[in-house]
Amino acid sequence: METSTNIQSALPGAGTSAGVFRPADLKRRARPLEFLVQGFLFFCGVLSIFTTLGIVYVLGRESALFFTNSEVNVVEFFTTVKWLPEIGHFGVWPLVNATLMTSFIAMLVSGPLGLSAAIYLSEYATPHTRGLLKPTLEVLAGIPTVVYGYFALTFMTPLLRAILGADTVQVYNNASAGIVMGIMIMPLVTSMSEDALSAVPRSLREASYGLGATKLETAVQVVVPAALSGIVAAFIIGISRAVGETMIVALAAGAGPNLTFNPFKAAETITGHIARISGGDISYASIQYESIFALGLVLFVVTLALNLISKAVVSRFREAYQ
Amino acid sequence: MSAVTASSQLPEDRAFKQYLQGRRRVGWVWQSLFLLATCIGILALMALLYNVADGAFGYVAYEDKVDAATISDRPLEGLSQEELVAVLQANLSRGAFNKLDDEQPFAQRSQGDVYNLVLERVLQRKVVAAWSLTDSLTRRAAIEAELAEEHPNARLTFRSWLSPKFLQEPMSSQPLAAGVRTAILGSLWLIAITIAVALPIGVGAAIYLQEYADHTRWYNRLIETNIYNLAGVPSIVYGILGLAIFVRALEFFSSGAMFGVTDSNGRTIISAALTMALLTLPLIIVNAQEAIKAVPDSFRQAAYGLGATKWQTTWAHVLPNALPGILTGSILAVSRAIGETAPLIVIGASTFITVDPSSIFSKFTVLPIQIYTWTSRPLVGFRNIAAASILVLLVLLLALNATAILLRNRFSRRLY
Repeated sequence: METSTNIQSALPGAGTSAGVFRPADLKRRARPLEFLVQGFLFFCGVLSIFTTLGIVYVLGRESALFFTNSEVNVVEFFTTVKWLPEIGHFGVWPLVNATLMTSFIAMLVSGPLGLSAAIYLSEYATPHTRGLLKPTLEVLAGIPTVVYGYFALTFMTPLLRAILGADTVQVYNNASAGIVMGIMIMPLVTSMSEDALSAVPRSLREASYGLGATKLETAVQVVVPAALSGIVAAFIIGISRAVGETMIVALAAGAGPNLTFNPFKAAETITGHIARISGGDISYASIQYESIFALGLVLFVVTLALNLISKAVVSRFREAYQ
Repeated sequence: MSAVTASSQLPEDRAFKQYLQGRRRVGWVWQSLFLLATCIGILALMALLYNVADGAFGYVAYEDKVDAATISDRPLEGLSQEELVAVLQANLSRGAFNKLDDEQPFAQRSQGDVYNLVLERVLQRKVVAAWSLTDSLTRRAAIEAELAEEHPNARLTFRSWLSPKFLQEPMSSQPLAAGVRTAILGSLWLIAITIAVALPIGVGAAIYLQEYADHTRWYNRLIETNIYNLAGVPSIVYGILGLAIFVRALEFFSSGAMFGVTDSNGRTIISAALTMALLTLPLIIVNAQEAIKAVPDSFRQAAYGLGATKWQTTWAHVLPNALPGILTGSILAVSRAIGETAPLIVIGASTFITVDPSSIFSKFTVLPIQIYTWTSRPLVGFRNIAAASILVLLVLLLALNATAILLRNRFSRRLY
């Protein structure tokens, strides 16, 4: 007893009136600055949630106004095929159809090209060529979309018209917009797919070579299936990007909703329509203004669903080789 | 494949070699195809750049409705500002002259500005035809013949649409006089405010998620998933959000009415910048998180061991070491914002502005908006100035990305 008290009193921060040992209590001290900072940082993190809530609230509220308007009803919106806001026809299909068509063409271009480039970069290219080709492709990804729009209108459209004839191809058409959109999305598909391919362990390739497979057989029959979830995810993100892309279609796909399945004709997409309508001076009380929000909601829901599916594909079907 | 497996003994030497050759040939063909696909991407990039350059330089033919010689005996370029104003006064009706003076007093206008007015209002100079660079270089004789036939009075000159004058002049309804001064200034204002808003919040959120957040809590996981999803929301949806919130709901603030600015509505720089900040936030957060993650844990433990608090550790040790990475990521995010057009169209950026933006409550235009409006105008000459502004935009982006790469290189040389 005697000795232990002595030791205690020798320690700093001990020596209380009762003579009972208590360790220096650093943890309990109030630190208002720490608390404030942590609060601010938490606020920064939560702000992203507010952004999402803001999007949902704004789109939802104005869309509700739109759908409760006497001129519109929800059934008509999703079932009829005429979009003429001036005379009160609000059938969303012409716009959706054009969006699907441009996105489909874009994926026809970016899917095969992007995947092939990814296979080449990951399986065939020497480190030197890779170091040369990859950054060049990444430059494509950094070019603003409005520049692609210019490219579609002044290069791709004349090219298509020269090849297929000016009678078949209109000045504004979905094919040109779709192809250029495909070029724009290709680097995204390439880099995501390449990440997936490179993540496949070396041992799988070596096992395949050991069984006598050629490089191509290894790449296509072993590596690609093993990385399939990542590749599918890349494609889905690509589609989502194509659906939300605005400037290329606003410049090159044509103004004016048009239900057509001919890719060489002008047809306005959802995004193109929003851009055109809001580009003019519209009054806040008009039904056109509210229709922007309904279309935005469609866009938001579709892209969100695609992103969630892509994430689910990765986590569900990923082959973990460890 | 069945040819080999079918035989019970070892494959015949010749047949086997042939079969192997076939497999190798297929492999070679596909390898070429894969390489071709990669090259198509690069070719597309080349075609795009070539196409822009093709539009930005070339022959242009213009016609003056009134001959310059009848107005002044000296070449108009050599006249001083006062002499040009006198020319305007002599050749315009009094009403038209006063109207111009009302818009901006002549005393405040530059020589170049007045010169453009003379060209536009007195000479009524108009572009009648413009040719691409390729055409200009290869078909000069044909162009001259064509021009002599269709526009005998027109003058043909080789013009670089991208010129110092193009950078200094404000908007104009005539492609020959138009410039991107207001657009460049608008872009710089927009970017500056976007960075000022988005960078602190983005880095703050990244610090929270990386250093403070307990990832077993549902709300922290929600924040992470949410940021991932926000990065995938189309930019035009952000535009719609900005239109409803910043332009309309907060109009008393974003129009500057709260601060005594009276001559504008909500479609101002601040509305656009706040929208852009929301758009770039997810990118900045994700990049900053990566940079913070790369700071070794030993740094933190050393700081804690010396008795530093969490914030002291973060502020004095984690942040300085993560800073180059954070800046690199943020520059990349911002360079996306510079090229972004769709949300600004929805917010309602003005397409025709001749006055420099002067405050955050000014109306504005930016480079991509100008490219969009000029590209969509079918009149002769506008595609060319669109191409020239694309070159300006690409150079701006190149400069930003080069900065990012320099920072990254400096960063990666550090040793831990």
